[in-house]
Amino acid sequence: MKYLLILGARSDLARALARRYASEGWALMLAGRDKPELERDAADLKVRYQVPVSVCMLNGLTTEGHASFYANLPAIPNGVICAIGLLGDQTVATRDEEHAQLILATNFNGCVSLLGGAAKLLAERGSGFIVGIGSVAGDRGRKSNYYYGSAKAGLAAWLSGLRNSLAKTDILVLTVKPGFIATKMTEGLKLPPLLTAQPDEVANDIYNAVIKGKDTLYTKWFWRYIMLIIRHIPEAIFKRLSL
Amino acid sequence: MPERETTETLGGWGNYPLVQAKKHSFTTHSELLEKLQTLNQYIPRGLGRSYGDSALAPHVVSMLHYCRLISFDEETGILCCEAGTSLADILNVFVPRGWFLPVTPGTKFVTVGGAIAADVHGKNHHMAGSFSNHLVFLDLLTPDGEVRSCSLQKNPKLFQLTCGGMGLTGIILRAAVKLKPIETAYIRQTSKRYADLGAVMNAFTEKATNTYSVAWIDGLARGRNLGRSILFCGEHAKRAALNPRRALNPLNLPRKRKLSIPFNLPFNCLNPLTVRTFNFTYYRTAPTKEKTGIVDYDSFFYPLDNIGHWNRLYGKKGFTQYQFVLPLESSHEGLKQILARIARGGEGSFLSVLKLFGKQDGILNFPREGYTLAMDFPIRTNTFKLLDELDRMVLDYGGRIYLAKDARMSAACFREGYKKAEAFLEGKRSHDPHGQIQSLQSNRLGMDE
Repeated sequence: MKYLLILGARSDLARALARRYASEGWALMLAGRDKPELERDAADLKVRYQVPVSVCMLNGLTTEGHASFYANLPAIPNGVICAIGLLGDQTVATRDEEHAQLILATNFNGCVSLLGGAAKLLAERGSGFIVGIGSVAGDRGRKSNYYYGSAKAGLAAWLSGLRNSLAKTDILVLTVKPGFIATKMTEGLKLPPLLTAQPDEVANDIYNAVIKGKDTLYTKWFWRYIMLIIRHIPEAIFKRLSL
Repeated sequence: MPERETTETLGGWGNYPLVQAKKHSFTTHSELLEKLQTLNQYIPRGLGRSYGDSALAPHVVSMLHYCRLISFDEETGILCCEAGTSLADILNVFVPRGWFLPVTPGTKFVTVGGAIAADVHGKNHHMAGSFSNHLVFLDLLTPDGEVRSCSLQKNPKLFQLTCGGMGLTGIILRAAVKLKPIETAYIRQTSKRYADLGAVMNAFTEKATNTYSVAWIDGLARGRNLGRSILFCGEHAKRAALNPRRALNPLNLPRKRKLSIPFNLPFNCLNPLTVRTFNFTYYRTAPTKEKTGIVDYDSFFYPLDNIGHWNRLYGKKGFTQYQFVLPLESSHEGLKQILARIARGGEGSFLSVLKLFGKQDGILNFPREGYTLAMDFPIRTNTFKLLDELDRMVLDYGGRIYLAKDARMSAACFREGYKKAEAFLEGKRSHDPHGQIQSLQSNRLGMDE
């Protein structure tokens, strides 16, 4: 049986990923902070897909305790997906240093520490996959969310380095760059419907990208081209825009 | 980053009325309690398939993200789930494992909570009763913040108030429903046409031992053709009845292509001319001798679910569905008069459905023994006048109107039709003394005074 470890398993995207993999017969390990809710999620997955699901306690906000977290996993995973993320509020972050640090720590430090641990674990066996969730917001800093964006940019750079270091092994490192997704994170935002993906669509894209062995996935697919254009706007012009 | 939105335009399935409302979502119990603390008044809302204003209010609490399955007992078929779980979801998971809903309405896109709140019925009402007859228990969050487990044994009064209570007694959080075993995902269907109302009503009585029965009725036929119908009966097909290809995989249906109406059509394309043509052809092509065939459960129970947003066919003014039930003894005479009145108006409905109900207990739930007729009416200038006239006729024959379809009846019509309305309101007041749960419908029907 193949095991998938999902870090930050309570997010809407993580839950969609859990459903997608469970529907293919994968056993799941759900890691997060809210044990009672994770157990309810686990019960749901077990009833629906009749696969083994376990719950592991994890605090992604600190970088401590991650070694023992991996040591105590019920099984060595074949794949690890980190769906930890915090959109935060840019305007709050500009005046409240604590909130700014929380955005950076959640989206970068926490993810890097956890995925570093995952890489060590998979390296022992020499195969598997690691998925980190970046964001199109990390492709270029914009005034509306550059704390979030810069942390995601850092994560993407780190994943690129990890991929480089594992290139000679059988371990896949996938960087996912989603655009808008209709989730709790974006609830109440006026998202453009044509550009907005449902969590299930993104989960399906990720599932397929892992099978195909891709390095970077933009989802929905057209974000690759939107961001290609945005990245190529000269800074002298870009700095005056409100995108 | 896009801005946060404050309100959105919400309607029921009939797209009438449409109102500005704020929708509040949650995925966990603690999130729900947090949201409710900020709200003075609200109404819970599921998939929005009630036709009128049952699930409309300035603040609606959306149950759609509260949709986890909790447990399933393979021995008894008892499924426990969160109330935002849709019937479609349940079918997708459990039909391949040999289980089916004990009662299902004409769409699978309703939530379990919504099915309880409207106490929906199906084509097997005469055999199986309504949805709530198959509940083992439900958990209700009452306005005082307590979660109460309710069943026929425990808190029976609150249980009865809640089944068919239109969400007005509290938020249904979880429910356990007993699924029924099936051998295949197919239905053995018989169909036959009947020349008039008397003939189809006789057929309903004769076929009362069939698990499922429902008639399509030509709402435009007049004179000696009045009430001409096609009666469809069904049984869950045994594996032996399937052709060899289907019998290999009897519980899984091949994938079907789904159509969708992308936007409100600029005009109502279900007008008297198109409907008359359709009705004539549909009736004429139906068999005069009983015909038997095997159809998949989707085609039998949910023919319209395969067309996404079919409500948009009625154009942007929307439509209303008129469904009433008459007592058995006055059904024949009442239906004759009412059908004649509708046919005279020329506003024949595209989808008119006749069904014989069996016995039913309850407080505010709709079914009672007798015949029920459901018809769609596009919203036009004279529609409401006609419907008011029909209300009077329905009440005079001792009938009542289905709250889940209603968008326009008067408070007096409600009181007269629902003999136990006062008992319901008394019960509601005792659990919701400050009137925190209100819908536009409960306001209109004078339930909050």
